Amino acid sequence: MSLIRILKTIFLIEFIQGLLMAIKEMFKKSKTINYPFEKGPISPRMRGEHALRRYPNGEERCIACKLCEAVCPAQAITIESTERSDGSRKTTRYDIDMLKCIYCGLCQESCPVDAIVQGPNFEFATETREELYYNKQKLLDNGDRWESVLSKNIKLDKPYR
Amino acid sequence: MYEYFQILGQEIYKILFLLVPILVSVAMIVWLDRRVWGLVQKRRGPNVVGPFGLLQTLADALKYVFKEIIIPASANKTVFILAPIVTMTLALIAWAVIPLSENLVLSDINVGILYLFAVSSLGVYGIIMGGWASNSKYPFLGAIRSAAQMVSYEVSIGIIIINVLLCVGSLNLKDIVLAQQDLWYVVPLFPMFIIFFISALAETNRPPFDLPEAEAELVAGYQTEYSGMMYAMFWLGEYANILLMCAMGAILFLGGWLPIIDIFPLNLIPAPIWMILKILFLFFLFALIKAIVPRYRYDQLMRLGWKIFLPFSLIYLILTASFLFFFDKLPKGNF
Repeated sequence: MSLIRILKTIFLIEFIQGLLMAIKEMFKKSKTINYPFEKGPISPRMRGEHALRRYPNGEERCIACKLCEAVCPAQAITIESTERSDGSRKTTRYDIDMLKCIYCGLCQESCPVDAIVQGPNFEFATETREELYYNKQKLLDNGDRWESVLSKNIKLDKPYR
Repeated sequence: MYEYFQILGQEIYKILFLLVPILVSVAMIVWLDRRVWGLVQKRRGPNVVGPFGLLQTLADALKYVFKEIIIPASANKTVFILAPIVTMTLALIAWAVIPLSENLVLSDINVGILYLFAVSSLGVYGIIMGGWASNSKYPFLGAIRSAAQMVSYEVSIGIIIINVLLCVGSLNLKDIVLAQQDLWYVVPLFPMFIIFFISALAETNRPPFDLPEAEAELVAGYQTEYSGMMYAMFWLGEYANILLMCAMGAILFLGGWLPIIDIFPLNLIPAPIWMILKILFLFFLFALIKAIVPRYRYDQLMRLGWKIFLPFSLIYLILTASFLFFFDKLPKGNF
């Protein structure tokens, strides 16, 4: 051991430097946030809770092409469809098992009419499993509730798609 | 007989007056510890329960009370239950002799420092009992480590105390404080204060010497098999011990309840407040150190205790003694 090192050890120089640094760090702004009351920024590309969107006139966007069902790697989506009286094809059943879903975003990417999208909401924990088996009604309600954010996010993310 | 009960009643009232504030302050100190730790790491620390999260410890305690106490099938039941009780009792009875001001002391005995030292040495029994009675690997290893560590550092703490006693000439804690009226012992005995502080860290199993409960190797050391209120009692005893060590440091080196200098605005502050401030200052250092240091290796711990602290404090003891002898400053007590 060199003399300087011995002196440093005896007089606890590095230890005192550490203490001073700790005191200095104490007065800096904390890096964490007060979560339920404050929330961090969320990207427009956030892949959170699913939603089924509608056209502005209230018509469902989904055309039951079943591309999302086919692409879903977790096979979480189940779709049944029928022909309506006006000749258009619409879904009668659109279920997503949110427990199977891995939030990869492939359904959103495959959708030709931007019907199924993943919104910015990630706080949808429930107390039972059953509440997480989403049906068409639930997804449409989500779409209605989040529509303003969803359309804005789609517009913001458009240049990168 | 009636008189006996009357005296008993008076004493219990006094004891409660001492114990309740200590238990409350232990709860607050746990909060302070976690908060300082969080702030140094630029987190927020507990801040939800009560104002600034001050009631977090009470919430934790309540949680422990309602948890089930599990006693392992192969444990020695009696000793297993006794261990946390012993730890907590020993941590609390030592407070009987700590003077918060000239008159504010439960029992002003003549060998106060000896009593304090004896009780804090006994503290290791609770840990050994807990580790042994659990009848499991990790608690046993933790207990062995703890025993060796506490015994080694007690030796150097003993010699440091002798250093102070040489200057005072009395074993009474009140006399020790009053002898520092002109000069706190932290000035002439500064190296001893540092060694005392580091030994106190080792004595109370605080980081960087928290080998008995090193979570990376030993799960939780001697506390591994404990749950519910029994765990909480270990935990309470541990923090009461830390507080006790801080109080001991304040009395031996920082002039107890005496103000920094005896001038007008400072000596208006009541004595117990000075004492509490000094204890808090030392505890704050404890908490800061917990945040900045990594854990020692076991052989490093032993080397520090036996090869560095012990010889150094012995040499300093001889230096102090010769200084006092040659300059004729030896205390002339009424022996």
